[in-house]
Amino acid sequence: MDALFSGLDLIARWDVFLALMVGSVGGVIIGAIPGVGPAVAIAILLPTTFAFEPLVGLVMLLGIYGSSMFGGALPAILINTPGTAVNALTTYDGHPMTKAGDARRALALAYSASLFGGLLSVLALILLSPLLAMIAPHFGSREIFLAALMGIILVVLAHRGQIFAAGMLAAFGIFLNTVGLEPVKYTQRFTFGQDWLQSGFDLIVVVLGLFALSQAFVLLVQKDETPHPQPVRGSLLNAMKEFLGHKRVATVAGGFGVMMGMIPGVGEFTAQFMSYTYAQKTSKNPDAFGKGSPEGLIASEAANNAVPAAAMIPLLALGIPGEALTAMMLSVFYVHNVIPGPQLFQNHMDFVYALYISMIILNLIVIVFLLSSTNILIKIIQIPTRFLGVLILTLSFVGVYSLRNSVVDCAMSAGFGVLGLVLKRLNLPVVPIILGMVLGGIMEVKLRSSMARVKSPLDFVDRPIAAIIAVMILIIIGLHIRTMIIEHRNKLREDEISHDVEDSQMR
Amino acid sequence: MSRFKTLQEMFKRYRRPGDFFFAMVFLMFGLFLLANIPDQTVFVKRTKLFAQPAFWPILSIGLMTVFAALHAISSFVSPRLDGRWQEVTFWLRSLEYVIWFMVYVAIVPLAGYLFSTILFTVTITYRLGYRGRQAWMAATGSAVVIVILFKSFLQVKVPGGEIYELLPTALRSFMLTYF
Repeated sequence: MDALFSGLDLIARWDVFLALMVGSVGGVIIGAIPGVGPAVAIAILLPTTFAFEPLVGLVMLLGIYGSSMFGGALPAILINTPGTAVNALTTYDGHPMTKAGDARRALALAYSASLFGGLLSVLALILLSPLLAMIAPHFGSREIFLAALMGIILVVLAHRGQIFAAGMLAAFGIFLNTVGLEPVKYTQRFTFGQDWLQSGFDLIVVVLGLFALSQAFVLLVQKDETPHPQPVRGSLLNAMKEFLGHKRVATVAGGFGVMMGMIPGVGEFTAQFMSYTYAQKTSKNPDAFGKGSPEGLIASEAANNAVPAAAMIPLLALGIPGEALTAMMLSVFYVHNVIPGPQLFQNHMDFVYALYISMIILNLIVIVFLLSSTNILIKIIQIPTRFLGVLILTLSFVGVYSLRNSVVDCAMSAGFGVLGLVLKRLNLPVVPIILGMVLGGIMEVKLRSSMARVKSPLDFVDRPIAAIIAVMILIIIGLHIRTMIIEHRNKLREDEISHDVEDSQMR
Repeated sequence: MSRFKTLQEMFKRYRRPGDFFFAMVFLMFGLFLLANIPDQTVFVKRTKLFAQPAFWPILSIGLMTVFAALHAISSFVSPRLDGRWQEVTFWLRSLEYVIWFMVYVAIVPLAGYLFSTILFTVTITYRLGYRGRQAWMAATGSAVVIVILFKSFLQVKVPGGEIYELLPTALRSFMLTYF
């Protein structure tokens, strides 16, 4: 309880509140503009936040992360274009409701489900935190290595139908992290005698290229489009009452969001898929799904909004990011020499609580903003896409150049921008590269330190948590092989799945 | 033959135009890195395998090449969609904006952040085909807002332009600090 009050004390400052306001309102706007998502915004703002205290910087980035999906529901419902990739499922039921003249109802349900999912996950985590604080210290080098390995395996296997590409890109990410002067034996790795490769590839340079510059290039090269959603009439607050009749679906969807968010490498898509399937199977009107079902809309929005808070768990408790956005946030910790991991939960529980309380406040700020400003937001999102590309390109410059005023960084980032563009056009995932870079670095360090005390391979898993994670890895691989065999037997082929809907990009 | 067909079915997947081209380029990149392992990594004496500096590059490049080969095979056996070279041309068209970006990077230390940003946004807006007063104002306004937000308020590290040296002392230090 002391830690909770101490956490409250930590955030009771004007700069934290300002960061929270900027992050949450900015996140909603960014989320609502199709073509820009939290990944682009966080990548651009990342170097700027290094000048702030860790809490202020993190709260701002968390604000963007947590609120962008609220905003992303708006174009998904009104113009059938998801604002962020994870709002794709929202279009299934949200847009048919708009076409039927129920836009206000759809938005109200999406907002209330998002708020419910967001708050439920934070509350679950506040209650879970003491338990995590107990478990986290049992994570030594080998457990963290195994958890990172599990994260890599999951991120590869989660890209169904693109496993080879995801594996190839994750391995590419691990390779990128090894380039440069290696810090233990001081040997050169893949520098080809070039000075500019000595310091390797900076994560932020790669992230800015793959997420921000690539998106700018895509928008600049593509044809111009200007979304023109119709304004929403009537009170959204009144329409939100309908949500109370769907508490069961929202609670289960939020639960899936929390669970999937906590597992590295999984995230929003799996949570949404599971909750949507659950909602459809248990619905009294399953045929309405995909044609404007309120339950489908709620399942999608409650699940994706429950993920951000949960995704902070592996990051804070183990120092292992489960997806690209938390991987970016990890660098905020590193810059300030705050190493997230078991020590953080043991010694700085107040900091962890401060982050959670911030997430509750941000959910409330966002809902107030959305209820009062939806029609203003509709006007803001009518930016022509190519002009949006100009803005992203200009903002990306600040992100890359302000790191160390290096022209080489900018050139590298632009190179990764082109790679990102190619991957986006091919609908191949970008996230495995980032997770490969971050988790590869963690695995290298942790494997080296843990092998010092390991004599035989079985020693590696002779501690309970290490054994559990190792078994989980085997189960995950086993289950995947089983699913592949069953699908093959049933002739359920990949080309029968609509891949254009299953957008594997994060923006 | 039927066994081969089954294997082919297993590898089939949905692919977009240009997929096979990219798969082959990536595979060749993997093979290039693989061939360079002896030259570009070092095996240190009296060090365990897992602590060798070469361990992770070998492992990652090995995995990358194996997955790239599998990806290329699956691309080869999957139904092809027309438009490969059109797609590759689309990728190459992005290089124009890489050049624009790098020119912007090059002129900032010379002309200063504010002036370069206005010049960049206005020129590229014109290049994209936007015309008229509204487009100019939007481009200039966005540039000014971005510079004020990041340089004046958030004080990000962007150096002052050489052009500022020509300004009177008081104005020069003001411009160096805020723009």
